[in-house]
Amino acid sequence: MEHHLFLDRVTKTFGDLKANDAVSLHVRKGTVHAVLGENGAGKTTLMNILYGLYHPDAGRILIGGREIAINNPRDALDHGIGMVHQHFMLIGPLTVTENVILGLGHGAVWLGLAEHAKRLSELSRSFGFDIEPSEPVWRLPMGMQQRVEILKLLYRNVDILILDEPTSVLTPSETGPFFEVLGRLKEAGKTILFITHKLEEVMEVADEVTVMRDGRVTAELKTDETDPRELARLMVGRDVVFDIIRSEGHFGPAKLTVEGLHARNDRGLQALDDVSFKVRAGEILGVAGVDGNGQGELAEAIAGLRPLEAGRLRVGETDVTDASISERKHRFKLAYVPEDRQRVGLDLNHSVAFNLILRSLGQPPFARFGILDFKAIRANARALTERYDVRLQDVEQEARFLSGGNQQKVILAREIEDEPAVLVVSQPCKGLDVGAIEFVQNTLLDQREKGVAILYISTELEHIMAVCDRIAVMSRGRITGILTPEDATPERLGMLMAGATMDVT
Amino acid sequence: MMMEILLDPTMLSDFLSTSLRLSIPVVFAALGGVLSERSGVYNIGLEGMMLAGAFGAAVGTFFTDLPIVGLVTGMFAGTLTAVVLAVLAVSLGVSQIVAGIAINIFSIGVTSFLSRIVFSGQANTMTLPGYKAFAIPGLASIPIIGPVLFNQDALVYLMYVTVPLLFYLLFRTSWGLNIRAVGENPRAADTAGVRVNMVRYLCVLGSGALAGLGGCYLVLSQVFLFSEHMSAGKGFIALAAIILGRWNPVGALLACLLFGLFDALQLRLQFANPEVPYQAFVILPYVVSILALVGLVGKPRPPGAVGLPYRRESK
Repeated sequence: MEHHLFLDRVTKTFGDLKANDAVSLHVRKGTVHAVLGENGAGKTTLMNILYGLYHPDAGRILIGGREIAINNPRDALDHGIGMVHQHFMLIGPLTVTENVILGLGHGAVWLGLAEHAKRLSELSRSFGFDIEPSEPVWRLPMGMQQRVEILKLLYRNVDILILDEPTSVLTPSETGPFFEVLGRLKEAGKTILFITHKLEEVMEVADEVTVMRDGRVTAELKTDETDPRELARLMVGRDVVFDIIRSEGHFGPAKLTVEGLHARNDRGLQALDDVSFKVRAGEILGVAGVDGNGQGELAEAIAGLRPLEAGRLRVGETDVTDASISERKHRFKLAYVPEDRQRVGLDLNHSVAFNLILRSLGQPPFARFGILDFKAIRANARALTERYDVRLQDVEQEARFLSGGNQQKVILAREIEDEPAVLVVSQPCKGLDVGAIEFVQNTLLDQREKGVAILYISTELEHIMAVCDRIAVMSRGRITGILTPEDATPERLGMLMAGATMDVT
Repeated sequence: MMMEILLDPTMLSDFLSTSLRLSIPVVFAALGGVLSERSGVYNIGLEGMMLAGAFGAAVGTFFTDLPIVGLVTGMFAGTLTAVVLAVLAVSLGVSQIVAGIAINIFSIGVTSFLSRIVFSGQANTMTLPGYKAFAIPGLASIPIIGPVLFNQDALVYLMYVTVPLLFYLLFRTSWGLNIRAVGENPRAADTAGVRVNMVRYLCVLGSGALAGLGGCYLVLSQVFLFSEHMSAGKGFIALAAIILGRWNPVGALLACLLFGLFDALQLRLQFANPEVPYQAFVILPYVVSILALVGLVGKPRPPGAVGLPYRRESK
């Protein structure tokens, strides 16, 4: 069968970095074609080229055997290529209809919102979407916003839909319906380019897969002729150990004690409701739960970023409830890896070297009498980036240019180098690829061996099951139960996550 | 004194009429600001563009004795000044605040300098032809508001048309949708195929033309001559009106009318109380604008991307 879309040896460089190195892609009409690769493998760059947001340095794009020029998104749309970006390109205050018809180009005299809304409703219903066209987009949940993005493309009669990491913004319960949508699009004869780093998703929904690594294509396969292990190897470049080895724990006395915490969220609503637990030295306590049930507030409360309404916090034997953030960090050796690594964890506009000394800014050996010692700062950065395998060109590079996994490594390096007694990590693997997840988890297990008490907050049950000694489940601001991994059956966890309580052990 | 005004229909009409006329230049400038800020570009330079417009109007009328020519040259001068903002803020990505302030300072200097050359010292003595008030038959005889609204000059009537036109443009046409989208989230607009920087250019230029029109009104309908720095802060009042009017042309109009009302009031108070230093009254509209901004019910939400330059290939 003829290739509907053919990318021929596309190359794109940013500075010294070859983001795409002679990448070719063959996509058949009416298939779901996955582009699989780690973060930073060049998938998004390739798709941005196809969508006209970047201009390739070399290479051709062909549709139905004819070479086409794509200089901007408008050209791409004219050729029937549309893209749903990882971060949605929707305009919050505008309605669904306004977002969909934006850029269509007609309506200079009269927009005709009512007629558009009617046609949109019909289209939306024919694909089984249940969307109110007059609703402002910001009011819709992420899953719905994604459907608006897809509608935008369908309304323009797009044939080829590029979906960039479409499941990364969805909750587990939204993913299933999303895969059904993909099925319906395929039935309607659409071709789908599915960009992802999640192996299970490729196996579940894709017909064919192109694997990328370091800006190159490493394989083109049919999904029914491969398996996750092979894909992982092609993607990471080596065998990936799926089962992380967690040795027998050696637990010491309680290092972090939380008693009856109460706190409010940013909107002033109760976020933590009488939360109590203990984490022992050498133990990883997981906090599981559906996102937004108080986990983020818990981490912030412990780190000192969120005021408490009631409750006590102890590190070892010392009460730190009233200690400042700085005291918690330096005197009590409490380290914190925040969930939002880009906005809270790092200063993206500054160099990696600078980010690595954020904890000890203005202190020896990086400063003497208040004057920065750049030699020491750089030496520290070189040593840490090497030890933690941070991939970068230079330690003076701005943190924003690192991939998500490498950014997380920088944060971990900074926090762990201080030899913490307690480590609070919030969603450390969010948005990371398998290689980086493995690295993060092994780093945490190393710290556990060293006797650090670790609080590991995650919405990914698999990750929690893999590394945690005990699992606390949160629901609506309460700890509904604490289990050992052996007792933590999916049914039990599901019930606790839904709010059923059991005796806290 | 307030009671007198309120009770006597002629005095009331007179007072409201003055309020309306005082607000007109601010209305045009504020409409320009709404247009520009809706597309994501702060126009702090409204004051300077208004002044340039006033100068342009004076020059055009001075050489031809035709106010209509002055109107064209005035709007052109405002637009020309806006080109500077567009190039600096849209193409070069310079801070929009700094660019706007620069335009204001530049405009005061250039118009003062050029006016001395063009009018060679007689700027304060001569009188230019302009637009005189004329009554619209029928409508003007409605009690109280008739003479206020319908016994005005051509530029006031032009304002009546401009406000709904701008509202229609912003909220009922695809142009307006593009403008609002570009001002909220330029990247999203770009991916939908909107030419972000072109939209911003047009809006900034349009903004300059409207602010220039405000300047035209000062010369052609109010004082019939050009004097140095005659915009006297009206462009800044317009900035407050934009926020108070929530980036909506109708809202901005109402805000400007409020300021006009207090401006007229302070004039009355000045004349009625010669023993009090006049500065005490002059500050009234400015104080009101500050109080109005402070006392706003709810937090105003400016367009999401206002103030931020847009670049496509930035990661």
